[in-house]
Amino acid sequence: MRTAYIETITKLTKENPKIYSMVGDNGAIVFDDYRRDFARNFVNFGIAEATMTSVAAGMASCGAIPFIYTIIPFLVMRAYEQIRNDICLQQMNVKIVGIGAGLKYSTLGPTHHAIEDLALMRVLPNITILSPADAKETRKATELAAHLQGPVYLRLGTNKEHVVYEGDHSFELGKAVVLQEGYDVTLMATGDLVWDALMAVKKLSAEGLSVRLLNFHTIKPLDDKQILKAARETKKIITIENHSVIGGLGSAVAEVLAQSHDEAILKRLGINDQFCVAYADYESLKDCYGLSANKIAAATMDFVEQK
Amino acid sequence: MTNELAQRAQELRQLIFKTIYWAGGGHIPSSLSIAEILVVLYFRFLRVDPQDPHAQDRDRFILSKGHAGVALFSVLAMKGFFDRKLLASACHLGSPLGGHPDMVKVPGVDASTGSLGHGFPYGAGIAFAGKQDQKDYKVYCLLGDGECQEGSVWEAAIFAAQHKLDNLVAITDYNKLQAIDFLDNVGSLSPLADKWKAFGWEVVEVNGHDTEDISCALKKVPFKKGKPSMVIAHTVKGKGISFMENAPIWHYRMPNTEELKIALKDLQLSEEDLKSL
Repeated sequence: MRTAYIETITKLTKENPKIYSMVGDNGAIVFDDYRRDFARNFVNFGIAEATMTSVAAGMASCGAIPFIYTIIPFLVMRAYEQIRNDICLQQMNVKIVGIGAGLKYSTLGPTHHAIEDLALMRVLPNITILSPADAKETRKATELAAHLQGPVYLRLGTNKEHVVYEGDHSFELGKAVVLQEGYDVTLMATGDLVWDALMAVKKLSAEGLSVRLLNFHTIKPLDDKQILKAARETKKIITIENHSVIGGLGSAVAEVLAQSHDEAILKRLGINDQFCVAYADYESLKDCYGLSANKIAAATMDFVEQK
Repeated sequence: MTNELAQRAQELRQLIFKTIYWAGGGHIPSSLSIAEILVVLYFRFLRVDPQDPHAQDRDRFILSKGHAGVALFSVLAMKGFFDRKLLASACHLGSPLGGHPDMVKVPGVDASTGSLGHGFPYGAGIAFAGKQDQKDYKVYCLLGDGECQEGSVWEAAIFAAQHKLDNLVAITDYNKLQAIDFLDNVGSLSPLADKWKAFGWEVVEVNGHDTEDISCALKKVPFKKGKPSMVIAHTVKGKGISFMENAPIWHYRMPNTEELKIALKDLQLSEEDLKSL
């Protein structure tokens, strides 16, 4: 995703010199070409995320389109009040690009994990939240962010995410993508876990289950229609996210269901109100926390079998 | 000019007091301490047009110490950005004027401030954009001294020096008081000038209540080509109302009937004057 983002921002900067790529002392090597070719548009702030955020807002007030980029907790949490006051309150055209969604920085531990950011960002007025599933979708999300007027949070993993989309696919703001139709249960996933959900669906389909899979690449505005349709048609919904079960996609879906007349049972898969304390490679950590394809498949089967 | 500016500062103090009186509450002393700074900026230096408040090439003024918002609203009204009758609506339902300035609502306000340590880096962003776009505007940013306890101020100080933002002019309202005590009893900034110099800024110290002294300094900005400029304005918090001067308790408080009489006398206002804005 990171490479896809940087390649896209490079293309966008070529087209529009108002775009700035601003980083908090990260992106060695991956940003080398950009730094060389667009020295004017690249700003390394050093380790000063709060000021990077306010400066970006000030620049946006003069017509610039700054993309501020660093590891999620340092941006979303450290500079949260700057995001709220200087960007969202004033509707500044700044793009907040967080890397390392969920447990992606697996071995670096809980300081570098990001399992609260969707909750924090979802509550801010005036912001759009994009959470692409793979590199290809990251390109589309980055393009969309550049062309949308106003604050955008782009939630990315790191690199080497699995490929969800082989061919071309639609990417429309606020519209969940139906990756597979089904009627026994609906899986709603976001970010890189869309791939794990897809693998789970393949396994479950082979076992005769009819599973619907939706990719929520946009967390805000949320695709209420697809949620309510799934509630009516499948009655059972599982949300899957690289985030705490509190405040992210699962909560957002629960809010929609709670206010509807359509009855459905919801199960939320994510990090269960705890810090991740294990150190391991990413695939192992996902398995530890019930977010691997196998664990998602098993949880889905249990859920469907429950009366 | 000096006499005229001193008179305007006096008029501004009266407007500040009346506006806060009508609003029913506000930061009086923090607003009074910057009266001379604001009139010098708005009536002598800032290239702004009340008829075209969003002009791209205008100078910017950022009130980073946003709690003195009423002082900003009052000087904007004096300058003609909006009718001064609007001041009477401050903090009442439907008014664009509140306890802190909002750039979306109020013509002439260049940044929504209120949370300390935000306006200054925001202003640095505007200065940086000006350099990138080869504009010749300046960004004037007024900081509170207590505000300089915020880490983001020093992050932005590093940024501005690194990027040679000599179009950025910061002014510190150095009244030596913060909300409930003297800075020296809480988190001293002394020696303040040395701190800014050490961060790569050129510094000039002035008497913040002497319009000529402030003007002399601002005439020379940038103090050095390629460096951001800092004017440390030595001021008195509550300046102009005798019992509020240098008294921490008045940071956010309204006078009682007896105190009101003294305040009006100090500001050369009558009770009749208080009835209209």
